Amino acid sequence: MNTKLLLSTAVASVALLGASAHAADKMTVGFSQIGSESGWRAAETSVTKLDAKKLGVDLKFSDAQQKQENQIKAVRSFIAQGVDAIFMAPVVATGWDPVLKEAKEANIPVILLDRTIDTQDPSLYLTAVGSDTVHEGAVAGDWLVKTAAGKACNVVEIEGTVGSSPATNRKKGFADALAGHDNVKVIRSQTGDFVRAKGKEVMESFLKAENGGKAICAVYAHNDDMAVGAIQAIKDAGLKPGKDILVVSIDGVPDIFKAQMAGESNASVELTPDMAGPAFAALAAFKKDGTKPPHFIQTESKLLLPDTAKAEYEKKKDLGY
Amino acid sequence: MNARLLPLTATLVIFAAAYALCILQFPAFGTTRVMGNLLTDNAFLGIAAVGMTFVIVSGGIDLSVGAVIAFVGVFLAVGIGRLGIPPALAFALALLVASLFGAAMGAVIHVFEIPPFIVTLAGMFLARGASSVITTESVPIDAPLYARLNDVVVMLPGKGRLTLVAMVMLAVFAAASLVAHRTRFGRNVYAIGGNRTSAELMGIPVGTTTVLIYAFSGLCAGIAGIVFSLYTSAGYSLAAVGVELDTIAAVVIGGTLLTGGSGFVMGTFVGVLIQGMIQTYITFDGTLSSWWTKIVIGLLLFGFILLQRGLLALGGRGQARTAH
Repeated sequence: MNTKLLLSTAVASVALLGASAHAADKMTVGFSQIGSESGWRAAETSVTKLDAKKLGVDLKFSDAQQKQENQIKAVRSFIAQGVDAIFMAPVVATGWDPVLKEAKEANIPVILLDRTIDTQDPSLYLTAVGSDTVHEGAVAGDWLVKTAAGKACNVVEIEGTVGSSPATNRKKGFADALAGHDNVKVIRSQTGDFVRAKGKEVMESFLKAENGGKAICAVYAHNDDMAVGAIQAIKDAGLKPGKDILVVSIDGVPDIFKAQMAGESNASVELTPDMAGPAFAALAAFKKDGTKPPHFIQTESKLLLPDTAKAEYEKKKDLGY
Repeated sequence: MNARLLPLTATLVIFAAAYALCILQFPAFGTTRVMGNLLTDNAFLGIAAVGMTFVIVSGGIDLSVGAVIAFVGVFLAVGIGRLGIPPALAFALALLVASLFGAAMGAVIHVFEIPPFIVTLAGMFLARGASSVITTESVPIDAPLYARLNDVVVMLPGKGRLTLVAMVMLAVFAAASLVAHRTRFGRNVYAIGGNRTSAELMGIPVGTTTVLIYAFSGLCAGIAGIVFSLYTSAGYSLAAVGVELDTIAAVVIGGTLLTGGSGFVMGTFVGVLIQGMIQTYITFDGTLSSWWTKIVIGLLLFGFILLQRGLLALGGRGQARTAH
């Protein structure tokens, strides 16, 4: 009886699944994503899927639910399936050598997105695509130096989580850009943990400490969320964000474009969710004639100003931020 | 047919049928490579599930195994990486600590007659907390022995790989099968799970056996911890969160009665493979959300619990089970 049941279900499923057979010439790429812990991460996933669709790549997507073991399993499955390449946003930096060695033996190139790994053997991955967070801070700093145009400008800085590498690097890049321009200086700096509510709190205390904010010319927040909180605090204090106090931050999330449209944010440096775009390009070149990409591909840290806010908002509002 | 064999048969049929469907859709499922991966990727889960099988057969539960896996990982990472303890000695120490931890929980359960659920829940918090106190970072282990152990692979025909961790899991399953079905300790475990009172009346050393059962589960979690640290070459206090629940699911899907007294170690093996197969299927498909794994496991569990209920109701007349 069991055999009969098995057979009939088998026949039914063949009929169902026959349609999903893949075209032979299509490139298949496996993408092992960390999870969807932040809006940016969700947007990265959506953009990668969109890129794949545009390029006609068959993308196998696997969400590791923040667990390395799931990610290792996914990469092994991709290898077993014989994909043409593997994209991976590694959840932790360590412990990838054995599974990446298997990929290398199977001649499947691996491209790391957004984060890199610790390994003794750099040949285990083709390239890593990521943003230079020091550079992001520098872009924000350069913009402020240019905007101040030689006039005195006191800046307050809302930092990210203490000790986290984006916070340390974004602070350093900003400070580097300000060096040599004595008219622009950071007068106060405190952590807002990358969250909106903390950004607001920190800005409130800055305003109180600086005589109601009269002496503050600009606020630099390590991410847009904290900037949005700071904008609220400035409004609560009866000042006009964007005019009385300039607002510059990093990330480029939809909410900051809304603020730009309302004239309340002056500039945001984009951390692009499109890490896959350069990865697909590098992969195409590699598959075509074996061109080796550089070992690290730095994504552009675009400065986004209010004039493009509406277009950027439309582009990003549905990505899952 | 023996009613005790029915859940195991159901498990086997489901596994074989589902695997056949997987092969139909993705021929790569039939390769030794995928089969080897199934063993390697689920080795830590399988080893922990072996200990859980004994616990559940005895009518208990052990919620501490995931936390013990994490603790062993952190212990090894810090011991080998920072304190420079030779890996072999660190392994032995880790297994000793894990077994003693399990034995202590077993003793508390027996002496104070506290439900295993509560005691092992406390054990879970203790082990997870202790590993987080040691360090909250993911500590890499770069001892040369780890690289060498990870390179121990038997190549199967067709590019499949039987890794060391997979072999360890197979060995643990084989040994545990013998212990469960061929030794006095094994028989005692089934007797306690079947009916504790009559087991006591029959002169079975319930106390000693209970301590041994939880010590064995701790030992298995310890081995699983070593395997897990080999698998990720690191120790991390937040590793293996929820693995205790995955092992319980594997044991129940493998045909062991949650109420105790009946079950097979090899059933658990198939239960583990079913979970791994679902996960692999979802990765192969590449469009389904990975959370479907949990949904399918949930449905399977539900089905098996209903099946068990039905069997108990049917067998109620034949095997007189005294009311608890």
